[in-house]
Amino acid sequence: MSSHTRIILVCSGKGGVGKTTLTANLGIALASQGAKTAVLDADFGLRNLDLLLGLENRIVYTAQEVLEESCRLDQALVRHKQESNLSLLPAGNPRMLDWLKPDDMQRIVAMLSEQFAYVLIDCPAGVEDGFKNAVSATKEAIVVTNPEVSAVRDADRVIGLLNTHGVKPVQLVLNRVRPKMIASQDMLSVEDVTDILALPLLGLVLEDEQVIVSTNRGEPLTLNGQSSPAARCYTNIARRIQGEDIPLIDPSKEGSGMRDKFRRLMQTKIF
Amino acid sequence: MTLRDIINKLLGRQVASASTARERLQLVLAHDRSDLSPDLLDKMRREILEVVAKYVDIDLEAGAVSLETEDRMTALVANLPIKKTINKPESTMEEIDQKQTEIQI
Repeated sequence: MSSHTRIILVCSGKGGVGKTTLTANLGIALASQGAKTAVLDADFGLRNLDLLLGLENRIVYTAQEVLEESCRLDQALVRHKQESNLSLLPAGNPRMLDWLKPDDMQRIVAMLSEQFAYVLIDCPAGVEDGFKNAVSATKEAIVVTNPEVSAVRDADRVIGLLNTHGVKPVQLVLNRVRPKMIASQDMLSVEDVTDILALPLLGLVLEDEQVIVSTNRGEPLTLNGQSSPAARCYTNIARRIQGEDIPLIDPSKEGSGMRDKFRRLMQTKIF
Repeated sequence: MTLRDIINKLLGRQVASASTARERLQLVLAHDRSDLSPDLLDKMRREILEVVAKYVDIDLEAGAVSLETEDRMTALVANLPIKKTINKPESTMEEIDQKQTEIQI
């Protein structure tokens, strides 16, 4: 399986744009579509992937013990209760940051590649050592951003660094899209962001309160085939990763009828 | 300007902010991508003007050097209106009005 394994880094530069949520949801979605998937928490300083997957109480060993060879890989892997195709390799102690090198990251990913069809790496925020270690171990990347100036600026910086490291392909996920704000021209549109960043769009995710509910519970939205707006978006992204041709949602068509027709009239360019 | 913008203006309400975001981003990204600070850009602008001024008479005030970016390619664009050419031995410094020169790096 090793050579066919898709190793995908989920990164953003800015923190809080939805990297970990996307990683958790894509992990569950890919696994439920039948692909053996591993998610690797590369954020050793501030790990959270375990929490979003509801696996925080089942961690015995971490990537640290695997690297120190004090346990085997399969002892450290935490298999998801409901979605047995998905396993988490938890991040180790924050003190690992002092000695962790790109080589170590590559070793972990190489081990995971032998067992899984997909390895999703949840990248830490920032562009420092943690990011560089994670980049050194990946083949392709998903850049997550929000339609918001600081997130887009940081995404641009990250895209530049991914290009210099020869990561290919790099695709974009636009997270927390609010169709109403785009319609009233108070939010950067999907085209604005894709034009500025010049990246192929893998998908967009609509703003959805259910995301918070799901993180409260430690049950990603893609679990149990939920149908909230964000859940549909995450599932579509996973299917596109698998090579299916799923059309993108058009935020301006989210909702139709008189009110939306009026909204479109109001945004017609006059001069 | 959209119908909404006009109504907002008439009512004295806040104008839609997405276009402001777009413009601010394009400017800041042009600088980020080139990794040039405004100070350095200004220094370069002055030096470019000095060099060009050796050969042609340019309006030092009107000269603009800026960064423009499209499709992840950043271009340094110098827009230098030329008043007249200097040191032309055969002719007597004829006026070339407002010829625009663009240097792309």
